[in-house]
Amino acid sequence: MSLVGWLGQVLSRRARFAVLGAGVLLILALFFPLWKITMFANQFPEGLRLSIYAHQLVGGNGGTDLQGINILNHYIGMRELQAEDFLEMKFIPFVLGIFLLLGLRTAVFARFGNVVDLTVLFVYFAVFSFGTFAFRMYTYGHHLNPEAPIKVPGFTPPVFGHQHIANFDVYSYPGPGTFLLGAFGVALIVVLFFETRRIRRATTPA
Amino acid sequence: MKRHLPVAAMLIAVACAPSKGPQGGTGGARLADAREAAQRTYVEPGKLDEFYLFYSGGHSGQVYVAGVPSMRHIATIPVFAPYPATGYGFDEESKAMLGGYTWGDVHHPALSKTNGDYDGRWLFVNDNANNRVARIDLRDFKTHQILGPIANSSGNHGSAFLTENSEYALVASRFSIPIPRGTYAPLSKYATDYHGVFTGIKIDSATGTMSIGWQIETPPFDWDLAATGRDVSKDWVVWSSYNTERATGRLEVTASQRDRDYIAFVNWKKAAAAAAEGKGKVIGGVRVLNPREVPGMMFLVPLAKSPHGADFSPDGRYVIGGGKLAPYVTVFDFQKFLTATTSNDTIGSEDGIPVLRYESIRVAEVPVGLGPLHTQFDDQGYAYTSLFVESAIAKWKLGPFDGHDSALVVAKIPVHFSVGHLVVAHGDTRHPVGKYLISMNKLSKGRHLDVGPSQPESSELIDITGSGMTMLYEAFTEPEPHFAQLVRADLLHPIEVYPKAENHNPNAIWAASDAKISRRGNIVEAKVFSIRSYFAPNEIEVQQGDSVILHVTNAEQERDMLHGFGIASYNINVVMDPGETKTIAFRATKPGVYPFYCTNFCSAMHQEMQGYLLVKPRAGATVATNGGGN
Repeated sequence: MSLVGWLGQVLSRRARFAVLGAGVLLILALFFPLWKITMFANQFPEGLRLSIYAHQLVGGNGGTDLQGINILNHYIGMRELQAEDFLEMKFIPFVLGIFLLLGLRTAVFARFGNVVDLTVLFVYFAVFSFGTFAFRMYTYGHHLNPEAPIKVPGFTPPVFGHQHIANFDVYSYPGPGTFLLGAFGVALIVVLFFETRRIRRATTPA
Repeated sequence: MKRHLPVAAMLIAVACAPSKGPQGGTGGARLADAREAAQRTYVEPGKLDEFYLFYSGGHSGQVYVAGVPSMRHIATIPVFAPYPATGYGFDEESKAMLGGYTWGDVHHPALSKTNGDYDGRWLFVNDNANNRVARIDLRDFKTHQILGPIANSSGNHGSAFLTENSEYALVASRFSIPIPRGTYAPLSKYATDYHGVFTGIKIDSATGTMSIGWQIETPPFDWDLAATGRDVSKDWVVWSSYNTERATGRLEVTASQRDRDYIAFVNWKKAAAAAAEGKGKVIGGVRVLNPREVPGMMFLVPLAKSPHGADFSPDGRYVIGGGKLAPYVTVFDFQKFLTATTSNDTIGSEDGIPVLRYESIRVAEVPVGLGPLHTQFDDQGYAYTSLFVESAIAKWKLGPFDGHDSALVVAKIPVHFSVGHLVVAHGDTRHPVGKYLISMNKLSKGRHLDVGPSQPESSELIDITGSGMTMLYEAFTEPEPHFAQLVRADLLHPIEVYPKAENHNPNAIWAASDAKISRRGNIVEAKVFSIRSYFAPNEIEVQQGDSVILHVTNAEQERDMLHGFGIASYNINVVMDPGETKTIAFRATKPGVYPFYCTNFCSAMHQEMQGYLLVKPRAGATVATNGGGN
């Protein structure tokens, strides 16, 4: 079968519902942090916590840790972390809405090509977002105010994993929001896999 | 009264008591095995104590907080005296609360109660000196209200004692005066023109705010200590008295002539109802009831000479009277008291107040030892009485009262030295926790590293879980604990910072960019921002003679991130907790340049957290007159 032929194949009812169901994960992902950064030190045994959501930055301990982290960062001249500076927080909710619409389109028009579109765009979105997140970490750590009380060489705070910075142990890991988005991506790939097998079996002469 | 020793014998006992060695106890007293005691009291670094101990600070005017069983001092809560360590008494709000007084005499802390048990909301404390009562909110461990000086009342010793559901804090005068306060009458008219006063202080159940409810005018006895009833006795409060002789002069003699003084039983519910009906008359702005006009409100019961403590058993059934100069405590049965009131079983009256027959109400005279003062209770049916003269604590069984009074005493432990109050966890509630007892001793007499002639008091931790009592630990505290409250730590839930959202002070600011200095005539007002590690503004310039008002906000929301604001040579220091705004007001009388700085160590850049108050001299003023300098 030609590629165009493949893309035009009609999805099974089960696949359409699967894509529709996976769309719920996108909505849920808005309510959970995408990434979590936690800092421990001797005098912070309970940790200072920062949760990065699709649309907001939330400090731990009832929100107060954000100010706490910013106060510590100001000693090395780091720019204040604030949601307004995160371009991602403006486009991610919007983009998730687009993916939800593309999911609906897939469920309604039910073409194999719709799932391919959705998957390709979603993978691109995931890689791009992680890239901008890493770049933002780099930017925060490398554009330090030269007049800061404590002068440190530029550094990149951990994007993934653990790093020891001054008296702090900093941990940076994806949060439930990212796992939900990941599950959405996995769902699409599973749909592609089973649909490919089904279509192939259906079109292979016995 | 065959067991009632003459005064002379008692004085000999006083002289002899301290000569006992520390191991000189009797009946069940023992020093714990050192290792065992160490294990019982050791609280590992980073671990928490099981109980909060709220000590009264006596004439220091403050309340001390310690952890039990470690006995570690954790915090001082300033109440009636300025305390630069927390800036108390330097900002406008606490200055207004102190009302110009710089000391008080805290004797009896009382935790708020619901259904006769501690509810962990507030702590009320009295000021014996200036007739005040203060409320500490246990949400932030701060003094939030000081009520008083209470009209007509003088020498607020017998307080604060709370009713079963904290409806009232009950207060009695120790010193009788002609009322209203400010009235003159010669001492020769003491017996007739002077009055003692009981006060019912109403407590708002939602906010804890105190207001004067009503008063009862009494004969000029010196009212001493109180206890409030529970269950069967819940509408009643008792007060012990001395000087029912109505004597003046050298009271140790003149007030010790009668064999018996009284314990007063007062129905506070009846008093509140009578006041609400408009009975009595308004004196000094307060509705004052005359017991003669409200029958059934007040009765007197004789008790061995100059008694001190009066305590209700946990079930509210018995009242224990500490004889002080008698070698026994008297146990009164509240049911028998009620019977005596209805059957008119009286032996006379004092200014129209019926005096009930002692023998009809007393069910036991328990020979606990010399100088019994106060009694606390456990949950196993035992009572513990402090023996001042004997420097010991007696453990005795609360019944059966079948005439075998001396068999009730089960153990005694020597303490070091001259115990006043004692406290058992929840020991004045419906449900005592019979685990620890703390003996608060008036004299420490060198049981500590020598610190010169001004010696601390001693507090001893005693294990009461066994059949006897075991000495565990000893701590020393500043003068001077009287009564205390020992409460399970899990009942209290204090905050760690003042949430920004709850700061409704119109002068609070949360960003350095909102800091500003404004002038209206001779008044310079500034909103000052503080955070690690700077003030904004860090330069405040005024003219000599200006009134300066500074509102300093600590914008931190992190635990233990306190900032201070001290101005050198201007006698000002406040400390702002995280999220708190404090206001300082002063006149810039001294010209020159005065540094201000963060006084409460905050961060690595704490030293740098400073600024300048610049006071420009008025034309013609000489700078040299400022000799203080800095």
